[in-house]
Amino acid sequence: MQKYSVFSLIKNALSNHENWDLAWKDPTPKKEYDVVIIGGGGHGLATAYYLAKEHNITNVAIIEKGWIGGGNVGRNTTIIRSNYMHDDNALFSEFGMDLWRRMSQDLNYNVMFSPRGIINLAHSDAQMNTYARRGNSMRLNGIDAVLLNREEVKEIIPMADFSENVRFPIFGGLMQPSAGTARHDAVAWGYARQADDMGVDIIQNCEVIGFDVSAGKINGVRTSRGDIKAKKIGLCVAGSTNILAEKLNMTLPVETHLLQACVSEPVKPVLDKVVTFGAGHFYISQSDKGEMVMGGDLDGYNSYAQRGNLPTLQHVLTEGIAMMPFLSKLKMLRTWGGIMDMSMDGSPIIDKTHIEGLYLNCGWCYGGFKATPASGWTFAHTIAQDRVHELNSGYSLNRFNTGHLLDEKGLGTKTWIS
Amino acid sequence: MLYIKCPHCGMRSQNEFSYGGDATIKRPELGKEISDQDWDNFVYNRKSLRGKHWELWQHISGCRQWIKVERDTATHEIFKTLKANEKISL
Repeated sequence: MQKYSVFSLIKNALSNHENWDLAWKDPTPKKEYDVVIIGGGGHGLATAYYLAKEHNITNVAIIEKGWIGGGNVGRNTTIIRSNYMHDDNALFSEFGMDLWRRMSQDLNYNVMFSPRGIINLAHSDAQMNTYARRGNSMRLNGIDAVLLNREEVKEIIPMADFSENVRFPIFGGLMQPSAGTARHDAVAWGYARQADDMGVDIIQNCEVIGFDVSAGKINGVRTSRGDIKAKKIGLCVAGSTNILAEKLNMTLPVETHLLQACVSEPVKPVLDKVVTFGAGHFYISQSDKGEMVMGGDLDGYNSYAQRGNLPTLQHVLTEGIAMMPFLSKLKMLRTWGGIMDMSMDGSPIIDKTHIEGLYLNCGWCYGGFKATPASGWTFAHTIAQDRVHELNSGYSLNRFNTGHLLDEKGLGTKTWIS
Repeated sequence: MLYIKCPHCGMRSQNEFSYGGDATIKRPELGKEISDQDWDNFVYNRKSLRGKHWELWQHISGCRQWIKVERDTATHEIFKTLKANEKISL
């Protein structure tokens, strides 16, 4: 594989960029693989990459119904953070932060990881107390956290509304300085390119029609491009989890909901942090192109539509304008939606299933993108070793049965309001 | 914007309603011995179908009644609405 570097850039510039290698091949599916990963999103690609890199399993296929980068990995708001209170979430995410920091070198692909910091705003004394507690828990787990008072927040994000007479005055905030953003498409492309180079077959436009299960074991998968045999199959399909679960006669503690995001027209640099509104559900950052990238609530009812509804968008942007009034002056450039696998306690599932050889990775709710490397790494371990890693031991499927829920936000099972 | 025909009030905009989830989930009978699995199926496990989906909505800014709505989760087309005590015919 051609290594990407400033020299290869110059060399290819001299030939009008006409001689770059393809980033990944377009193979015809083989009859059999050691491992088949269903879903060519960020998590599926990362899983295949770490299977090859960490476990030396390269006879792997990724089956993708659409195209690489066309799903949630290309639809998110690119936020990367590990500001969790519960140990299972904190340690998993912080492990991921470490992978993020090394990712560009590791993949030989500039994923533009930008650890610019995230601030969660607090709008009451009670919320400040909660944040102090969360910040302390984070620091105990080795994650950086800084509790900011109102004046300190004002220093960092003066464009927020600090007037006295507002419904939700800013009392302060909790900052994780090492959090940030990355270029989401580059993450997908970087993982795809490296996985392909190590021998993984990336099979696009290939829909799963059914599964071959006998005597409690998985034998293969039936696809629109023929039957493929595999002793181990990993399900990594985010919002489509329920569709495939139905084909396996499984009912999961997951519902599919729609989440919208939007970007404004590009403007000059104004915001160098990721900021979240504490009195509702709204988050914002500024992309390298200058667009304000914004998101918030789910549309609020089960949906596979991949496009949003205006009442929710209006509600979310109202929160944004309450937090940063200058946003009302901006024009909207683009809005879009993606379908989320909302789990019943707000935390993901990376586990084995009752079918031997079938592994499950789902339930990422709002936080799938930032988990991409850690999810891929632990899922690859779970598949390769046929047992969960310590890092994803809290993300078991049977926790809903045993009562060991991982309810970071203390929300109930109404996934559409969480 | 969805338009939902409340069986009590008629056609209203989505903004007047709040969502209540899968309408086919049944609480296990009181006083009856049930397995953990039955309870899981009631509390956590959902089919979350793509396509026709019976769900509960509450006309929260109207008559405040709970209603049942059959809606397509991929196209958002609404086929039928029922009062809360009316049976779904699947």
